[in-house]
Amino acid sequence: MNWEVIGSYLPLYWKAMLLTLRIGWIGIVFAILLGVLCAIVRFYKIPVLSQLAGVYIEVFRNTPLLVQLFFLYFALPKIGIPIRADFCGALGLALLGGAYMAETFRSGLESVAGIQTESALSLGMNKSQVVTHIIFPQAFARSVPSFVANIIFLLKETSVFSAISLMDLMFTAKDLIGLYYKTTECLTLLVVFYALILIPVSVLGDRLERRVRHAEFGD
Amino acid sequence: MPNLGIEVLFKGTNMARLLGGLWVSLRISLIAVGFSVLLGIPLGIIMTAKSKVIKAFTRLYLEVVRVMPQMVLLFIVFFGTTRIFGWNLNAELASVIVFTFWGTAEMADLVRGAFISIPKHQYESAKALGMNSLHVFLFVILPQTIRRLLPLSINLVTRMIKTTSLVMMIGVVEVLKVGQQIIEANRTSSPNAAFGVYGTVFLLYFIGCWPISMLSKYLEKKWSNT
Repeated sequence: MNWEVIGSYLPLYWKAMLLTLRIGWIGIVFAILLGVLCAIVRFYKIPVLSQLAGVYIEVFRNTPLLVQLFFLYFALPKIGIPIRADFCGALGLALLGGAYMAETFRSGLESVAGIQTESALSLGMNKSQVVTHIIFPQAFARSVPSFVANIIFLLKETSVFSAISLMDLMFTAKDLIGLYYKTTECLTLLVVFYALILIPVSVLGDRLERRVRHAEFGD
Repeated sequence: MPNLGIEVLFKGTNMARLLGGLWVSLRISLIAVGFSVLLGIPLGIIMTAKSKVIKAFTRLYLEVVRVMPQMVLLFIVFFGTTRIFGWNLNAELASVIVFTFWGTAEMADLVRGAFISIPKHQYESAKALGMNSLHVFLFVILPQTIRRLLPLSINLVTRMIKTTSLVMMIGVVEVLKVGQQIIEANRTSSPNAAFGVYGTVFLLYFIGCWPISMLSKYLEKKWSNT
């Protein structure tokens, strides 16, 4: 292990990590929005939209992100829809994540509906009150563990961005290995930087889970 | 209507080559699934043990797999270990190793989860009815565990099939790589081949994974209230 080499590579990896994080968090935010939207559409069985959301969810849950990105990045320009690489990365992540989040949140909604709705209605709440005060808070609380798992999954999936020539951690590592053959140093840095991104998310996720579990059972 | 580049698929043996590429990814994932199930089930049972040492080790293993992207693991095994230990590893074998390492952790976690989800009173009631430990395990615990485990492990299979698409990044010639080759070879005669070829790959993955995940969903629903 050559520490000088590691020192000189650090800025490159740092830059790459910032790119991963930037695209990652944009993608994840939109994934959550899209997922919640699709889940609501599916849950209330809004005609047409519900079927469309269903097809979207199945298609994106059953194909790998790498193939989705290839399609978005290389195939769409051929039919006249050119797309920038970083935008494509965020879009791919949002579409993939949206499909996963939708399923998660819908099962959360389904698990609180039923008796809870009936009780709230019989207490004299109107429909929108039931949704905002009863169903949604509990559904969110129940979905948190899977949301966290999905976010970790999505952050890990960002490692395929190098395929559409975004200069992320994977790309940097591969590039440097190809240039200087410092394989051990490059791979060590790669592991360290991914750990830097993902361990805090994993720890924070555990904390959040414990807090909302508290919220779910009251007290 | 722009040219969609679908005609490329019907030229020569292109379609057969694509399917051949798909078979390469499928083969890797199926071998890895096989090993993961074989290794994951005993590991999962070991993980239900109360020993602190076992817990610490398995926890570490699961966290590593949970946090590291599969692509990083692929790079470590394919570029890293070959460099450090000086052995020769072909890309396909490296992929099988990585996906087995990953799948075993996932499978073990599912097995552990299924076992601890069986409430304690099931054991106690069965004992109270005069069954011995073997009978309790075989006739009471195992059937319920399998019902909880099977849908989830089928789901894991689709995830592994999808994740094998990454192996092209370490140079395995699978369906995406074959697609790239076809597009490159027909660059002049059909410049829009990328649309047709990548669209087909997209569809092939969907056709492969969708029925499996439907089966998983169906089993989960069927067994959920028993």
